[in-house]
Amino acid sequence: MSFFLETLVGGLLAGVMYSLVAIGFVLIYKASGIFNFAQGSMVLFAALAFVTLREAGWGFVPALLVTLVVMVAGAIAIERFVLRALIGQSDLTLFMATLGLSFVIEGLAQLFMGASVHELNLGIDDIPIEVGPILVSQFDLLAAVTAGALVISLSLFFNFTRIGISLRAIADDPLAAQSIGIRLPTLWRIVWGVAGLVALVAGLLWGARQGVQFSLTLVVLKALPVLIIGGFTSIGGAIVGGLLIGASESLAEIYLGDLLGGSVSTWFAYVVALAFLLIRPAGLFGDRAIERV
Amino acid sequence: MSSRLKKALRGLAFAALALAAVPSVFSAAAEEAKQQYFPLATFRVGAYASSGIPVWAGEIDYFRYINEVEGGINGVKLFWDECETEWEVEKGVECYERVKAGKDGSPVPIFLPHGDPISKALTEKTVADKIPQITIAYGRTESIDGRVFPYSFPVLFSFWSEASSVINHIAEIEGGKEKLKGLKIATVYHDSPYGKETQVPLDFLAKTYGFENIQIPVPHPGNEQSAQWAKIRQLKPDYVFLRGWGVMTPVAIKTAAKTGFPVDHIIGGIWSGSEEDVRPAGAVGKGYKAVTPFPAGADFEILKKLKANIVDKGLSDLKDPKSFGSVYYNSGVIEAIISVEAIRKAQSKFGNRPVTGEEAQWGLENLKLDEARLKEIGADGLVQPLELSIKDHEGGGAGKILQWDGEKWNIVSNGWVRSDRELLLPLIYERAAAYAKEKGITPRPDVSN
Repeated sequence: MSFFLETLVGGLLAGVMYSLVAIGFVLIYKASGIFNFAQGSMVLFAALAFVTLREAGWGFVPALLVTLVVMVAGAIAIERFVLRALIGQSDLTLFMATLGLSFVIEGLAQLFMGASVHELNLGIDDIPIEVGPILVSQFDLLAAVTAGALVISLSLFFNFTRIGISLRAIADDPLAAQSIGIRLPTLWRIVWGVAGLVALVAGLLWGARQGVQFSLTLVVLKALPVLIIGGFTSIGGAIVGGLLIGASESLAEIYLGDLLGGSVSTWFAYVVALAFLLIRPAGLFGDRAIERV
Repeated sequence: MSSRLKKALRGLAFAALALAAVPSVFSAAAEEAKQQYFPLATFRVGAYASSGIPVWAGEIDYFRYINEVEGGINGVKLFWDECETEWEVEKGVECYERVKAGKDGSPVPIFLPHGDPISKALTEKTVADKIPQITIAYGRTESIDGRVFPYSFPVLFSFWSEASSVINHIAEIEGGKEKLKGLKIATVYHDSPYGKETQVPLDFLAKTYGFENIQIPVPHPGNEQSAQWAKIRQLKPDYVFLRGWGVMTPVAIKTAAKTGFPVDHIIGGIWSGSEEDVRPAGAVGKGYKAVTPFPAGADFEILKKLKANIVDKGLSDLKDPKSFGSVYYNSGVIEAIISVEAIRKAQSKFGNRPVTGEEAQWGLENLKLDEARLKEIGADGLVQPLELSIKDHEGGGAGKILQWDGEKWNIVSNGWVRSDRELLLPLIYERAAAYAKEKGITPRPDVSN
């Protein structure tokens, strides 16, 4: 029983890490209806910028602040040079633009900051804590608290601020939102800036876990089933989706892996996601689109 | 016969004549060309750039040393150009197709695919084009049998030798091979053809020595392994053999530490044994071990020569001086040494001029790097003694054990840890024969015997 519990808790905590990346997708989708393929590249860029500054001798807080400024500046540049020209274009066009953007960001990251693998030490000792018969990772617990704090702040931002409500209006109907005076470019800059902040947090935690290296972009593979389950428009859904995916893939790896003769966790997450798609196409907490026909 | 059909037949006849003339054209061109072309299929961008950059620096620095200090290989200088593969199969194959015809009249003697999937994709093409591919520490293990794989050279250390050397190192720690009986040895492997490559030899060695062989797969890319290490905690193996790739290694070390598994009881495979693999794991990586045919360190004689003649004179390809003497840098130097020595050997038969792939194949199959020759090069301790033949394209089969002290690798084995090649070769030949049967290949006779 303790082994089952330890596997379950390990999976749940890993799931929170997936949620951190998924939240970045949700933010942009919620505010603009775009599936931002470049989110993984933003995670890499943020972590690489931070670690480069740290290795150049900058203190933790100055490096964090400068990286945040860089991410916000990047968000403004993306809006000005990519998205503004595409206002009114189809969702598919915008998606393709983010696909191209992901390659540009990855290329720029390697061009200016190199391709080396970096250690990222956040000063958190990852000594396991014994809770009864099971071991729990201190680092993963901190990640869970960080993700929880992000979800609460972003939910408050979206539901109770003027900017947040305007963002939701744009997501529902950009033309109608603009007709009542909401400035689309300004709000896009804000939401991409906030997505940059989320990418920085995810990049720091994932980077501390696995090192800052190119494969940070691959963490998005873990976020996709989370989004399908939680819904593309719900920040809370990203957390619930992450927990479900983390727990199910971890348990499947242990209890199904041997039966099926190989690792199952990667594709099993997508099996769970597909099952949810069949039952609830909008995910557990996503907005269900109702159209008059 | 219609005129169109006649034209087509004439075209075919010309094409056949042109193809038949290719080797002689190359021999003539090679004699005319003054320099030896050596194309490099590099990966300086993309997901694996961090490992590629120091490898190519080691390779190019040694080539420059040969040109600048030794005046070329018997007076034949090397020249090269790069083709970026990003470690992707289709780009690797495209690069091969682009360079295989040679350059400026100089043929391609050897191709270095630098990627397990790329080398597998090129296995048959290199036979058709008569260009040997050297695949140190990757590629098909059964390509050791040159009777079936005439142009594939998994020189030095195949994955089977890797697995066997690790088991023999554990035996050394435990006090002899008889002490392996009853031990639990878990292999945590990248769930890919590369990762599965050691399952057969480990199964065989487990039956031979009586240890329990546990296999635990990790899906690509391996950035989350809590389930795998929870299983390790449950099964309580005595040692873990870690066969990772990329991000899988630091995540494994960190997760092992989280679950309380002693890091000094983890022995990484070749591709889990570079500075880039262990540095991101931070302080918890201290004590971690790895087996390698590419010993780290800058104290080898040839490294000192490279430092004095290439690096200090600003001629190095290395941008980050910290990587000098690293596992990846040294792997490039080792690969370049073997390539240069194979060309030198081919020249001893065919003349001091640029050699063709077919001639380099002879050079490789007759290559002998004994202690005396390695000392002359300055590579004793860096490169293991090596003797290749038609029947044995590996030749070495030993690795050194490195241990991470938190800052750098230290060699902790007493010399090279040999694998049980004599036990494994019959199995390897069986697999090669099965491949030959499946592909309808008639094995070459072993004329070296």
